[in-house]
Amino acid sequence: MLHRPGQRFLQAVLLCAAIFAFLGAGDETRFRDLGHRLMCVCSCNQILLECNHVGCNYSDRMRGELMTAIQHGDSDDLTLQAMVQNYGPTVIAAPTSTGFNRVAWIMPYVALVMGLTTMIVIVTVWRNRPPGPPPAGGPGGAPLGGGPPISGSELERFRQQARKDTEL
Amino acid sequence: MSQIGSFALLLALALSAYSFLAGGYALFRPGPLSERLGETARRAGIATFGVVFLAAVVLVISAFQNDFSIAYIYHHSNRDLPGPYKFATLWSGQEGSLLFWLLLLSTYGLVLRLRHKTDSRLFAHASVIIAAVQVFFLLLVNFAAHPFALLQGTFPPDGAGLNPLLQYPEMVIHPPMLYLGYVGFTIPFAFALGALIMRYPGEKWIQITRRWTMVTWCFLTCGIALGMHWAYAVLGWGGYWGWDPVENASLLPWLTGTAFLHSVMMQEKRGMLKVWNMWLIFITFMLSIFGTLLTRSGLVNSVHAFAQSSIGNWFTGFLAITCAVCVYYFVKNRNHLRSEHKLESLVSRESSFLFNNLLFVVATFTVLWGTLFPKISEWVQGNKVTVGPPFFNKVNIPVAMLLLLLTAVGPLLSWRKTSLDSLKRNFLWPALGALAVGVALIAGGIRPWQDMSYFYSLMAIMLSALVSLTVLSEFVRGGRVISRHTGQNLIASMIHLGHRNTRRYGGYIVHFGVVVMIIGFAGSAFNRDAEREMAYGDQMKLGAYTLVCRSYTQEDKPNYGSQWAIIDVFKGGKQIDTMYPERRFFKASQQPSTMVANRSTLAEDLYIVYEGENLDTGRPIIKAHLNPLVMWIWIGVWVIIIGTILALIPNAVPVRVAAPARVETAPVGAGV
Repeated sequence: MLHRPGQRFLQAVLLCAAIFAFLGAGDETRFRDLGHRLMCVCSCNQILLECNHVGCNYSDRMRGELMTAIQHGDSDDLTLQAMVQNYGPTVIAAPTSTGFNRVAWIMPYVALVMGLTTMIVIVTVWRNRPPGPPPAGGPGGAPLGGGPPISGSELERFRQQARKDTEL
Repeated sequence: MSQIGSFALLLALALSAYSFLAGGYALFRPGPLSERLGETARRAGIATFGVVFLAAVVLVISAFQNDFSIAYIYHHSNRDLPGPYKFATLWSGQEGSLLFWLLLLSTYGLVLRLRHKTDSRLFAHASVIIAAVQVFFLLLVNFAAHPFALLQGTFPPDGAGLNPLLQYPEMVIHPPMLYLGYVGFTIPFAFALGALIMRYPGEKWIQITRRWTMVTWCFLTCGIALGMHWAYAVLGWGGYWGWDPVENASLLPWLTGTAFLHSVMMQEKRGMLKVWNMWLIFITFMLSIFGTLLTRSGLVNSVHAFAQSSIGNWFTGFLAITCAVCVYYFVKNRNHLRSEHKLESLVSRESSFLFNNLLFVVATFTVLWGTLFPKISEWVQGNKVTVGPPFFNKVNIPVAMLLLLLTAVGPLLSWRKTSLDSLKRNFLWPALGALAVGVALIAGGIRPWQDMSYFYSLMAIMLSALVSLTVLSEFVRGGRVISRHTGQNLIASMIHLGHRNTRRYGGYIVHFGVVVMIIGFAGSAFNRDAEREMAYGDQMKLGAYTLVCRSYTQEDKPNYGSQWAIIDVFKGGKQIDTMYPERRFFKASQQPSTMVANRSTLAEDLYIVYEGENLDTGRPIIKAHLNPLVMWIWIGVWVIIIGTILALIPNAVPVRVAAPARVETAPVGAGV
C-alpha cells in the first residue's frame, strides 16, 4: 500500500518517456537513424549518409531505396534485411546480434566483467595481506631518537598532518 | 645520391648491430674490458643517429632534385609539387616513413645515450634494448622496404605525385607528431625491460620513465588531434573521427599509455602495481608496433593504410620476439616486482586508479576487438562483416562516461583512505553544479529521451561540468590555504599552488582539456546538414544561416586544377561572411581532393563542401554541415598540451610560509 504512489509516479514517467520517444520517430528521424546504421558500398568505407563522393554509383541509389522502404512502412529489421540481400552483409555498419556476430557484442562486456572480477580478487588479496615489516626508524618501529614507541592515535594524527601538508 | 643513402643505411645497420651485441656482452659478461666495451657500444649508438640522419637528408635532397631514378621519389613526388610537400615525401610512403621512424628512434636514442650519466647501468640496458629495435628497423629498410631502390628501365620525365589527401599543411606536421608518439614509447619500454632484466632496486626508473612517457604521450595526443583536424578539413565528410582501423591503431597505445601515466603514481607513492605497470608499458610498446603492422600489412582495409606488402610478416616476427623476451624476463624476475603495501580502504585514491586502469584497458580491448573482428569473422564464418562507428560508439561511450565520472571523483580521494563524509563534503557543490547544468540544458531544448545520442550528449556535458567544478574546487581549496598563509590574492595563490606541485595541477589542467574536448564531441549529436545543386543566386537554408551562391569558377595551377564556388553567408537577413569551398584535381596523380570552407565559432562550425559538378547541368553541388561545438575539441587539445608542459616543469622550491601569527598581526587593508 505504501509504495503505490511511487509505482504510479514511475508509470507516469515511463508513459511520458514513451510518448516523447514515439513523437521523435518520424520518417526523417528513421531515415537518419537507419542511414547511419548502413555503409556505402562504393569502397569508401563511409557511413551511407556520410558518403560524399560526387558521382558515387551507390550512395544516391541506396538512400533512395532506404527512403522508399521507410515511406512504405517497412520495419527497421525488414529494411536492413532488404539492404543485406541487395548489397551483402558488409552493408550493415555494425555486426548483427545473430550467430557468431553476437560474439562481437558480447566480448567487450565479458572483458569488463572479467576485469572487474580480477580487480575484486586483487583488492581482496591486498586488503588481507599482512603488513610488511616496518622500516627501521620509520613509523611503527623504534623511533630514531630512542624514545617511547608512537601510539596508534598519534600515528593517525601524523598521517592526517602529512596528508594535509601534501594536499597542497 | 642513392648510393650514398644505401651505404648510410648499411653502415647504420652495422653500427646498431655492434651497439646491441657489444653493449649486451658488456652487460651480461662483466669483465675487465666490459666498461670500455660498453662505452664503445654507446658511441656506436650515437653514431647510428648521424648515419641515419644522413640517409634521411639524402632522400629529402633527392625529392628536391626530382631524382626519379629512385623508385620511392618517383612514386611520391613530382616536379610541380610545392617545397614543403617535397619535404613531406620523406614520410608519405611505406619505405620513407620507415626511414623516418628510424630517424626518430635514433634521435630518441641519441638523447638517451647522451644522458647516460643519470644512471649509467640502467641507461646502458635501455641503450642495448633500443639498439635491438633499431636493428629490426634497419633490417627492414635495408632488405624489405628499401627507400633508395632504383627504378628499372628508362627514367620517367616526371613523378607520379604525392597522394592529394596528403597535400595539406597539417600533413606536414601530423605524421611527425604521430610518429614521435609511436616511436617515443620505445624509450619507456626500454627502461622498463632494462629495469626488469637488471632487477633495478627502487622506483627511480619509474621517475625517469614517467617524464619520457609524458613527452611521448603529448606527442601522440597532438598527432591524433592533428589527424582528426586533417580528416575534418580535407576528407569533407563533416566528421573528424570515423573509427577507421588506422585511426584505431593510433588510439590503442594512447589508451594504454594514459592508463600507465595514472597507475605509475601508485608505484611511486605506494610501491603498488609493479607488475601491472611493467606490463602496461610493454603492451603500449607492442601496440605501437601492432598499429604499424595494421597500417602496413594490408591486414585490415583502410583509406589511410599504406600499400599492401610483405613487411607484415617482419612485424609479426618482431612482435613475437618482443613478447617472448618480455615473458621470459618477467617469469625469471617476477619476485622483484612484489607490492610493498596493502590496500587500506576501497574508498581511496588507489581504488580509483585501479578502476581507472580497468576502464582504460577495457576500452583498449574493445577498440582492438572491433578493429580485428572483420578478420576474425572471416576466419570463423568465412564472410567479412563491417564493424563501423555504431559498434564503437555503442560500446565505448558508456566506458568513456564512467572514465569521466572517475576523473571527477578521483582527485577528491586521498591516498590510503578517504572518509565518506569528506567525499560528500567535497563532492556536494560540484554535483549540484553539474545537476544545474543538466536542468539548464533540458530547459534550453535538449530532449535526452528522444534519442540516445542526445542522452549521451547531456550526460557528457553534465559530467564535464562535474569534472570542471571539482578541478576548480581543488584549485580554490589549495589556493585559499596558500592565500591564508601568505596573504596573496586567490588567483596569485592558485598560480603559486600550480608551481609548487606542477605534476598534480598540470594533470588537473590536462583533465580540464579532456573535458573541453568531450564537450566538443557531445556537440556531434546535434549535427545537421543539407545538400543541393546551386546555380547563380540559388539559396540553401541551414539552421540560422542562408547560403547564397554568388558565383562558381575554375582555376588552373601547375600542380592541380580547381573548381570553386563563392558562397555568401547570411544570418538574420545580414551578410556575415563569404566562403570559398573548392575541389581540386591533381594532375600528376589524376586524383581529386576537397578543400572545405569552414566558418568556425565557439558555438558551431558552418562547414561547406564543394562536392563537384553535375555533369548534366554544369552546376556545382554544395553540401553544408552545421556542426556544433567543434572548436571546443581543438581548444581542448591546446589545454591538454599546456597542462602536459606544466606537469613536465619541475616543482618550484616550496616558498617558506609565513608564521600565522605574523599574518594575523598585519594591519587590515595594508596589502601584501
